[in-house]
Amino acid sequence: MYEAIVVLPLLGAIIAGVVALVGARNRYPGENPPPPHDDHAAPPVPEHVHAGPSPYAAHAVAQESHEGQPPAEPSAAGSLPAELITSTFLVIACVLSWVAFYEVGFEGQDARITIFSFITSGDLHSEWALRIDPLTAVMLVVVTTISSLVHIYSIGYMDEDPYKPRFFAYLSFFTFAMLMLVTADNLVQLFFGWEGVGLASYLLIGFWYYKPEANAAAIKAFLVNRVGDFGFSLGIFAVFYLTGAIDFDTVFAQAPSLVGKTFHFLSWDVDALTAVCLLLFMGAMGKSAQFLLHTWLPDAMEGPTPVSALIHAATMVTAGVFMVARLSPLFELAPDAKSFVVFIGATTAMFAATIGLVQNDIKRIVAYSTCSQLGYMFVAMGSGAYSIGMFHLFTHAFFKALLFLGSGSVILAMHHEQDIRHMGGLWRKIPFTYAMMIIGTLALTGFPFTAGYFSKDAIIEADDVAKGAMSSYGFIMTVGAAALTSFYSWRLIFKTFHGVPHDRHHYEAAHETSKFMLVPLAILAFGSIAAGWPLLGLFTGEGALGFFRESLKYAPGNTVLESMEHLPLEIALAPTAMMIIGFLVAFQFYIRRPDIPARLARDQRVLYEFLLNKWYFDEIYDFLIVRPLLWLGRVLWKGGDGFVIDGFGPDGVSARVLDVTRNVVRLQTGYLYHYAFAMLIGVAGFFTWFMLSGPR
Amino acid sequence: MTIGLGHYLSVAAILFTVGVLGIFLNRKNVIVILMSIELILLAVNINLVSFSSFLGDIVGQVYALIVLTVAAAEAAIGLAILVAYFRNRGSIAVEDINLMKG
Repeated sequence: MYEAIVVLPLLGAIIAGVVALVGARNRYPGENPPPPHDDHAAPPVPEHVHAGPSPYAAHAVAQESHEGQPPAEPSAAGSLPAELITSTFLVIACVLSWVAFYEVGFEGQDARITIFSFITSGDLHSEWALRIDPLTAVMLVVVTTISSLVHIYSIGYMDEDPYKPRFFAYLSFFTFAMLMLVTADNLVQLFFGWEGVGLASYLLIGFWYYKPEANAAAIKAFLVNRVGDFGFSLGIFAVFYLTGAIDFDTVFAQAPSLVGKTFHFLSWDVDALTAVCLLLFMGAMGKSAQFLLHTWLPDAMEGPTPVSALIHAATMVTAGVFMVARLSPLFELAPDAKSFVVFIGATTAMFAATIGLVQNDIKRIVAYSTCSQLGYMFVAMGSGAYSIGMFHLFTHAFFKALLFLGSGSVILAMHHEQDIRHMGGLWRKIPFTYAMMIIGTLALTGFPFTAGYFSKDAIIEADDVAKGAMSSYGFIMTVGAAALTSFYSWRLIFKTFHGVPHDRHHYEAAHETSKFMLVPLAILAFGSIAAGWPLLGLFTGEGALGFFRESLKYAPGNTVLESMEHLPLEIALAPTAMMIIGFLVAFQFYIRRPDIPARLARDQRVLYEFLLNKWYFDEIYDFLIVRPLLWLGRVLWKGGDGFVIDGFGPDGVSARVLDVTRNVVRLQTGYLYHYAFAMLIGVAGFFTWFMLSGPR
Repeated sequence: MTIGLGHYLSVAAILFTVGVLGIFLNRKNVIVILMSIELILLAVNINLVSFSSFLGDIVGQVYALIVLTVAAAEAAIGLAILVAYFRNRGSIAVEDINLMKG
């Protein structure tokens, strides 16, 4: 059964991939497809982003290329079978996952299935194996559920796209890689899944490859993740160096004996476990878009919206959180690393929320919100409340996927308009989407008794009782971010659905989208409400110890889960109070007095620009990293390669030989009399020599 | 003044020099080169015949006849090549014949 869960998406990906390849071959027999940008109207430009100085111009172009015209290219052959096959497989995998969740979580049937051996080299043994324990079971449910819903949603959303088989192949491949990641039994397999989802993310962000911004965003995501993966792979090496093994059981069994060991590195002794955990966490920071490595996530919104929902909200970006939970036996023994995790998580939660306040692209707001919520999860992880972090991961997957898919529905209804300044009053036109978005927002902001309420409050409470060095910082940041979350979420709702329509033309044309898109929304909305209460007992308090059993380890001094049950009331109410404050401010700003935000932006020009430009992180990185690297590359290219290698290396030697021959060649003038002259001189020379040297 | 071997050899040397210079200094026409080659060969012939006469050895004159034969054959082939070349290239000016340039 577990094999089926993992392999079915792969099978779907292969089938859809074959369909895509065969279709492409039939469409362009014997030649490469023409570059679509030759013909501006050819590909439908389903989404565009108002970056750059003139959003209106970009808007006009997109409108022109899209409006009233069917895509110049028909859907690829076999689109329907590809859609149906991949979606069906995913739904089957989803059902099996829920069965697995029940069996593993409630009946305690952990499993370890070895498929075959992967690497055997000296002491290094690695196997393809599925490790099914409660932690994995939770992730299986999250991944397959969201993925199957997104598959179904995509049938509707990508309806006009000519390259559907390719899209579904990528989506299914992503799901496969993610399942490999969560079922990994050793660090190498984890890394395989880790890179697999990275590849799928790259492919899907750049799915509309004819858009330069999409290509740039895809490359950016790939490169930023490489920075994190550099640390991650170093961490894996270090684990192997310390324990001589990479499979989790052996590593975890040896972990207690590593306490107090040190690395000797450049006349500098570092605590081995702390270093390992920090290196591994670096990978998590990259994948989960945490502070300093977050820059790729908002740009990744160039991809199709279902991709944003699946990869950049619900599953892939939570891989970092999952990894920390999986490696909890290591992190529990490295309190300094845990404090660092709290620090990064709390900073991200606050920082991303502040940027979210002023963004105007509907998807980017949700993206920054994702970034912020991932910060919450890391705060929980760093506080030692692993099960609570997983709880938030679980609920967040539902309501964030809901918000993204809802945004997708809005975008489609508005004819690929993403700027919330051009929306307004939409609730009359698309009431169902409106209701779904409201539910998602309620869950995100932590409205009492929605899913987000239980998990987010649990994080904040856990942070309050945790004893780490950074706990109070984390507490303040997460509570503050709760208010900001509420504000920007309601701002999104108010500007999109309430007020006066700012773009009458689009407003009139707005319409509810197809059933394929609305049904997944409804299911996700149900999950956003219902995922909290029933699971509360499983993920928090004493219940978590019984549910997760051995898959999450707690050091003897870690009493976060117990002490959470005896909290002062004012702490427990703080997040809710923050939520209400955020809502009221947003209501005041965007419903009662719509002139306030503009005035505030004018008065606080510097702060507004600072937030609008995302703390100038892209500019700072451009200055600190991109430019020096470009400069270095140019120096190495022009100076190193061009001057030294080409001047004195192999090319240089051959160039000198050519120079010599070129001069020798000049002797061959081609005139007969020159040759004759040379002959005569030679003959005369011989004669002279013979005569002077005399007879022998 | 008796005409001795030295005079014959001088004429032969002068003819030879004229022939060589004709090859080098001529910039106009390939036919002139052919004629110069004939001159050189004739100079050799004069040498052969005069030595034959003065030394009383008939072999030298036999050689002269062989050289004349070769010269005739060479002239025929050379002219044939020239005609073919002219048909192909439309010119037999020495300046234009530089296809062997490196």
